Amino acid sequence: MTECISHSAPEPAFLEPWHAQVFALTVHLNEAGRFSWADWVERFSTTLRRHGLARDLDGGADYFNAWLETLEAFLVEAGTASPREVELTQRDWEEAYLRTPHGEPVHLAG
Amino acid sequence: MPHDHSDHPHALLPPEPALRVKALETILTRKGLIDPAALDEIIDTYQNKIGPQNGARVVARAWSDPAFKAALLADADPVLADLGYYGRQGEHMVVVENTPQQHNMVVCTLCSCYPWPLLGIPPGWYKSDAYRARAVREPRKVLADFGVMLPAESAVRVWDSTAEVRYLVLPMRPARTEDMDEAALAALVSRDSMIGTALAHAPQKKSGASG
Repeated sequence: MTECISHSAPEPAFLEPWHAQVFALTVHLNEAGRFSWADWVERFSTTLRRHGLARDLDGGADYFNAWLETLEAFLVEAGTASPREVELTQRDWEEAYLRTPHGEPVHLAG
Repeated sequence: MPHDHSDHPHALLPPEPALRVKALETILTRKGLIDPAALDEIIDTYQNKIGPQNGARVVARAWSDPAFKAALLADADPVLADLGYYGRQGEHMVVVENTPQQHNMVVCTLCSCYPWPLLGIPPGWYKSDAYRARAVREPRKVLADFGVMLPAESAVRVWDSTAEVRYLVLPMRPARTEDMDEAALAALVSRDSMIGTALAHAPQKKSGASG
């Protein structure tokens, strides 16, 4: 079944909101001159190759997981966002979601 | 996504990678490295404004206007820029024409380089390992999977996209479309026909009285 390429149903540009967000973040950083697109492609394709060794990637969620991993590593290397910073901010967001009543917009504290 | 379960006491927690992306966005915004409004604009553009209809417009024009087609095949970038279609990543566009002798098909074996301004965001299958590996190795079998059977005398050429060069296939104009205008022609041009994994649609037969 992995060899079968399904193609019949029309699909939205992004299957999940965070796919769109991580895509936009990367395009924006490139357009702001933080890195060249060739540099991005080289790094991203390296991640995809590494992930693809263990199993066939389906081009869906695993594609954007590889994308996110590449961007995170890139920002760590550039000294822009350390793993610790990301971890703490991620926790802040998680707590914000858990304390915000359902239906209300979620904001970080402070 | 609308969500309306009243039994959730708090906001629905997004999946873990979504929280990681939000964290990056927060950190970069705080450091003044990104503009959240620009992110929204990029998402809106790729979600709503650009898509295969752009490429279809180009193909229909090329079918209708020989001078436009000649210029497009010779050097696509300035022709597309005139229409407002240019790569924001500084890539070059190359248009490859299908003929009875040669069918063209586009892949990105590296990752998923794709002519965004003309086709939008690539479909999942274009990004899958299965397509990326097999398009080069056994293009005719992949075409058969897509329901495309080419005559034996037609060669298949596979174009591998890169960060710098993106390809668009100019499909062959279907028969019996001589009296169609550009808008009607554009409706025959599917996304897949511009990737090379489909042919342009044949025109619908007119219903009702015809001989």
